[in-house]
Amino acid sequence: MSTLSSIALTAPELLLSVGSIALLMWCAWGGDAATRTISVVAVALLTGAAFLLLGPAGYGGTGFGGLYHADAFGAFAKLLIYIASAVSIIVAPRFFADTGSMRAEYPVLILLSAVGMGMMVSAGDLLTLYVGLELQSLAAYVLASFMRRDTRSAEAGLKYFVLGALASGILLYGISLVYGFTGTTDFGGIAAVFGTPAEEPVRLGRLFGLVFVFAGLAFKIAAVPFHMWTPDVYEGAPTPVTTFFASAPKVAAMALLLRVAVEAMGPATEEWRQIVIFCALASTILGGVAAIGQTNIKRLLAYSSINNVGFALFGLVPGTALGVSAVLTYLAVYIAMTLGSFLVVLQMRDARGEPIETIASLSGLSRTQPALAAAMAMFMFSLAGIPPLFGFWPKFLVFDAVVDIGLWPLAMIGIATSVIGAYYYLRIIKTMYFDEPAEAFAPSGSKVEGGLIALAAVVVSPFGYLMIGPLGLISLNAAKALF
Amino acid sequence: MNVLGFPILSIMIAVPAVAAVLCLLMPGAPEQKAATARWLALAATLIDFALGVVLWTSFDIGGAQWQFQEYAPVFGRFAWAMGIDGIALMLIMLSVFLMPICIGASWVAITKRVPEYMAAFLLMETLMIGVFASQDLFLFYIFFEAGLIPMYLIIGIWGGAERIYASYKFFLYTLLGSVLMLVAMLWMAREAGTTSVPALMAYDFPAGAQTWLFLAFFASFAVKMPMWPVHTWLPDAHVQAPTAGSVILAGVLLKMGGYGFIRYSLPMFPEASAQLVWLVLGLSMVAIVYTSLVALVQNDMKKLIAYSSVAHMAFVTFGLFAFNRQGLEGSLMVMLSHGLVSGALFLCVGVVYDRLHTREIDRYGGVAQNMPGYALLFLLFTMASVGLPGTSGFVGEFLAMMGVYQTSSIAGFVAVTGIILGAAYMLYLYRRVVYGKLDKPDVAAMLDLSKREYALLVPIAAVVLWMGVYPQSFMQPMSKDVGFVLARLDPTRPISDAQPTAGRAVVPAHAAEHGGAH
Repeated sequence: MSTLSSIALTAPELLLSVGSIALLMWCAWGGDAATRTISVVAVALLTGAAFLLLGPAGYGGTGFGGLYHADAFGAFAKLLIYIASAVSIIVAPRFFADTGSMRAEYPVLILLSAVGMGMMVSAGDLLTLYVGLELQSLAAYVLASFMRRDTRSAEAGLKYFVLGALASGILLYGISLVYGFTGTTDFGGIAAVFGTPAEEPVRLGRLFGLVFVFAGLAFKIAAVPFHMWTPDVYEGAPTPVTTFFASAPKVAAMALLLRVAVEAMGPATEEWRQIVIFCALASTILGGVAAIGQTNIKRLLAYSSINNVGFALFGLVPGTALGVSAVLTYLAVYIAMTLGSFLVVLQMRDARGEPIETIASLSGLSRTQPALAAAMAMFMFSLAGIPPLFGFWPKFLVFDAVVDIGLWPLAMIGIATSVIGAYYYLRIIKTMYFDEPAEAFAPSGSKVEGGLIALAAVVVSPFGYLMIGPLGLISLNAAKALF
Repeated sequence: MNVLGFPILSIMIAVPAVAAVLCLLMPGAPEQKAATARWLALAATLIDFALGVVLWTSFDIGGAQWQFQEYAPVFGRFAWAMGIDGIALMLIMLSVFLMPICIGASWVAITKRVPEYMAAFLLMETLMIGVFASQDLFLFYIFFEAGLIPMYLIIGIWGGAERIYASYKFFLYTLLGSVLMLVAMLWMAREAGTTSVPALMAYDFPAGAQTWLFLAFFASFAVKMPMWPVHTWLPDAHVQAPTAGSVILAGVLLKMGGYGFIRYSLPMFPEASAQLVWLVLGLSMVAIVYTSLVALVQNDMKKLIAYSSVAHMAFVTFGLFAFNRQGLEGSLMVMLSHGLVSGALFLCVGVVYDRLHTREIDRYGGVAQNMPGYALLFLLFTMASVGLPGTSGFVGEFLAMMGVYQTSSIAGFVAVTGIILGAAYMLYLYRRVVYGKLDKPDVAAMLDLSKREYALLVPIAAVVLWMGVYPQSFMQPMSKDVGFVLARLDPTRPISDAQPTAGRAVVPAHAAEHGGAH
């Protein structure tokens, strides 16, 4: 494949990179006054990149000598990433305007992060993987401390950076071990070597590499026991940034994990299955138990994201196309639920317009703002996986995939842990519906955010079930690209 | 399409759902909204009742096993498959009959957040009809599980002082039970290659797997039923729920457990059912004695009736696991009768609670003197609960006991003590509330039933008597379907311990061996 056609495969990343650099120039000369325009252009760029996925970038195959895969899997993940990034840009100006800390760089940083995430999900080589991951992470570290004068935000940025650097180190160490014991960084090549039997020391070396790679990636998806940073960072970061963290990078890291596990280490499924099972169970249990005592809604949603990542991981356990497609469906629905609930959190502001984050302030929301409370209740029931809300469906699919390979005892335990999670989701609903009203929130006034909440609510409503057919088809098609 | 030319089951499901949305979106001032929501809910439930009557009259008794079938594969992995047999028909009738009564019971008792309340009840009706009418495994699960949401809200928002604890307990208990069932369903759909309930009812699952599947379904249905020892959510939920919530909980939601047993557990896992009959009968025996004794010492009227519900549900499980026609038909009759009677009893409690705002039995006494109409109806329902011949309670309990005696004489023996204890606690309740001296001034000031309350209780009383005097109207639509279940159970029916044996005297050894086989 010629270089030119390889470049055509990366059209979305190319558009976003060139666009973000141009916008960066605009920031430098236009200053913060240009923020609104830059945001609009950034969203337009993301939309454009999404449309480019219809072209060769969505099905073109392998480019740059195996470094980059343009396939249905990558396209599916990128679509979700672009949607989540665009929403994170749209909701930001109002939040930062109220606190007086809006900078024109915000949309640019999100775009750069989106480029990195695009590389992650399309990586066909451990090195493209790492470059993409670092590009995404570096932008994210800056975003976490975006409100420079706010100590919590600065703390979040620092914590994220230190722990992120540690995880990158672990990942790199794993990559070097894998390279050392397989002699290649290409996913296909690694899979070929993992598929051949080897002497005990070599096998052990490969295993070590595998464990470190998985540990590094588990940090990025915030699976227990590598989740410690999540609550602190989610709480400290400005809410639009938290919205971003909980959605787009989660999808990217999860998709990356799927690709590495299946494409590069598919023959070693038996080896990594136990790691995934442990992380999945630990995440669903700890994500549920630790959330119970939280009083801050952002921290609670952080644990909720850990919990949900655990459930998504169950889909990886079988290592089959069915399982991978279940995870992809999970991510799609998860994005809708998470964006929806964070959009509701963004509406939480007191009479003076200051953002509030305590769960107690949600008391009696059903009487002061019934529509908002109903939307939040739907997101909570959906995150808990209670039918007839659509959040039930992806849980159904991941456990279906687990049962498919005969691991029904695991499915039993896994699904039973969802009852722990249900407890704290119910607590939010109880606060909103059963408790006496607290001081009412300031009316939102933003039609765009209201519209986005309504859209997310429709997706998680029972109407979502009508999408099962097409969504299942697309995600299965995407999953088959890995096998 | 069916004989009527329109998808009646889907319409019955849609009518309350649409009305629920309208209740919430109705514009206007709060009082005006409340009034509109009440009338809208009443209209929607009455339309559904009318449709139910159409359904019953056009149901072809002795015709095809599944009627009014609808099929639309809109969900990819599973389908919108509807259809009913006689058993589902009767339970749907029970639901649509009780719903307008529930709305009527909440007419004045509920004053806060009326539109939401009515919407929750209408949603509940949608889901109940969905449970009984769905013919797809996963569609059933979705309806079955979704019922938790409106009930959680009903208990939590409009319930009594301890409502929050009760709502959590209700939700988490039942959720834990049903998620295990989901895994079993996933396995079954893979094994059998279909999600259609009629097809699964005819599928023979491997005997080894049946035990596990049975236990997973048992976890869900036993909690829903509820069976001892997982019944503890019920008294809490009942006591805290508003009157209409208790009616629907006892009247219909508990029936989902029994319906689950007869639709899923028995025909799909006949071998496991036969193997584990000792478990079910054992738990039922404990339940019937233990919960009756607990009911005897209650001071709270609602709690007493809640415990009596658990005891009555034990008759259902006795009958179901008797593996014979009397048992199955009896338990179905107990389900219908208990739905009416316990619903009516909760309404009776609601009547005095609305006047005095306490459920404590000792606070009442002698109301027969100032509320004769109430005392009469309350007496009728008490007698029906006890199982007096001529009321609906007698038919079912008698058949269930007769059935279970044929399978296990010990279980039959214990079941009969349940009747005695049942009479004890119900009559004791009645004596303390209705008879005695009318010496409390606030009790003496209570007025007799209003027209609205008569309108709620008299229809139930009429049906209770109808079912007691001529049960055939209710049993006939179900008898063929009971036959289908029995045909599935026949090969594995456990050997009875209660059958005539040859005398012990001088029979030769080989003859004694064969003697027991008749």
